[in-house]
Amino acid sequence: MTLALDKPALEKGVLGKRGRRRLRKVADKAALALAVAVLLAPCLFVFFWMLSLSIKYDIDNTAWPPVFWPTEPTLDNFRHVFEESPMFLYFWNSVQVTGSATLVALLLGVPAGYGIAKAKANGLAAMLLLSRMTPGLSYLIPLFTLFQMLGMIGTVWPIALTHMVITLPIVVWIMIGFFETLPHELEEAARIDGANLWQAFRYVALPLARPGIVVGAILSFIYSWNNFIFGAVFAGRTTRTMPVAVYNMLTFESFAWGPLAAAAIVVMLPVLALTIVIQREIVQGLSAGGVK
Amino acid sequence: MAGADISGGMTSRASGDARLRPYLGFIWPALIVCTAVIIFPWLFTVWMSLNDWHIGSERAFVGWANYANLATDRRFLESIGHTFYFTILAVFLPLVLGTMAALVFHKKFRGRGFFRALFIMPMMATPVAVSLVWTMMFHPQLGVLNYLLSLVGLPPSQWVFATSTVIPSLILVEIWLWTPFVMIIVLGGLASLPTEPYEAALIDGASQWQMFWKITYPLVLPFLVVAMIIRTIDALKAFETIWVITNGGPGTASETLNVYLYAQAFAYNQVGTASAVVVVFFAIIVALSLVLLWARQKAKWS
Repeated sequence: MTLALDKPALEKGVLGKRGRRRLRKVADKAALALAVAVLLAPCLFVFFWMLSLSIKYDIDNTAWPPVFWPTEPTLDNFRHVFEESPMFLYFWNSVQVTGSATLVALLLGVPAGYGIAKAKANGLAAMLLLSRMTPGLSYLIPLFTLFQMLGMIGTVWPIALTHMVITLPIVVWIMIGFFETLPHELEEAARIDGANLWQAFRYVALPLARPGIVVGAILSFIYSWNNFIFGAVFAGRTTRTMPVAVYNMLTFESFAWGPLAAAAIVVMLPVLALTIVIQREIVQGLSAGGVK
Repeated sequence: MAGADISGGMTSRASGDARLRPYLGFIWPALIVCTAVIIFPWLFTVWMSLNDWHIGSERAFVGWANYANLATDRRFLESIGHTFYFTILAVFLPLVLGTMAALVFHKKFRGRGFFRALFIMPMMATPVAVSLVWTMMFHPQLGVLNYLLSLVGLPPSQWVFATSTVIPSLILVEIWLWTPFVMIIVLGGLASLPTEPYEAALIDGASQWQMFWKITYPLVLPFLVVAMIIRTIDALKAFETIWVITNGGPGTASETLNVYLYAQAFAYNQVGTASAVVVVFFAIIVALSLVLLWARQKAKWS
């Protein structure tokens, strides 16, 4: 199109053309804005509705037609959640479970990812895929029986241990992808200078892999935090993780919509905050892991 | 977390072993944990599927009896049907919508990063909490969804409270949750596209529509297949949304294999039966994945 403009013969029509082009540009922009809005509307509406339910009194929540903007916003529902149930205990349980499962997964998974990437051990990588294919429930029956025999049911440790099923494959998978893209000349130089394999890993590859480790840690944190089923099977009254606690509220207070929505917000707040902060890394990490 | 190149590992065993040996030290701690948490349960499950064991009573070896019972168990067979119905829709619709979303979010515009972050929030949000919000939205008398329907002049729906609409309603949640995931994978594909074919097509006067089908689609296809494989595995395994929103109901209308499995194992304590279900379930997942991996190879080569 720029070529056409340079032709003197078309000079007369330029103004009209430029105007049309501008119109076209505006139309394109409007179409794009519309598309973004259409995509985001349902996505955001659910979050908006959750927020709206959580800051309205029950009268507004059960009104018909539904009240979208609270006439009188209130934090009573949140107060209710924290007063009626030991939320801080559940929060602490979740932190213990997710924190330890993520930490151990990093300790074991980062070197493993390095080893698999360097040795091009594709068979081992395929095994990871297998572990993703296995339904989580299928681990639970044998492990439940085992933990019962060992008398570990009722502490947070069986939950943390089973969460390794989620966190370890994520970390290993992300790290394989990451270490494969690192140039290997640096480690080779270190090896020639007399470093052994471990030193080459510890002092050369590991510092370079920090962005990958951050992504792996955060993704495994998110997936472990969100997990419901392992906690649901293994948790006793005092060892519930956050998602289990919220599910329990649903079974006991199915019509207290305000507190339920408030509890839902409390559970997902840490995860959503992390998502917003590192969205670019999440997009990169997930697509890098998915695409090989 | 998708397709490792399985075929690549088979090229030459001996050289692979030699390459692997120095790095075993890095791998074995993770391998031991994997074995403990994954392989042990597997052996246990296969063994238990050959036994009749109700937690709290004596265990007895029964051979194939559990499998034979399953083959005639109507509830089990129906749950397979529900699983496939659910899976097909929960794979196909997010795939289409996710690709469209990727095309939009691939364009450069101000605030793209922020809007992308908003768009991927559903897949990061805690599924149990999300399901809870949807449960409230689905409420046939007071739910906001029926109000939105009435705004556009549609009759109210029973959503998850009627046999015929329960699975489509659950699919709605699944679309909401997993469209962003497909978008991320396809975005990765779009980012790797060369620009030359588009420039050439523009000069030749191709329309946007033609460019999508003739250039973008074939180039992105391998990524779509990866997204499809992961989505299929995840949809087959879907549990939390169904369990929280419907508990498999009304009746057993939304009882998928995974929900049936949970009921057998933790509501009825039938460890033997549940183990047999796990084995069948896993066989289905592996079979489907192999078909899809095969499709992926084809997509790569054509």
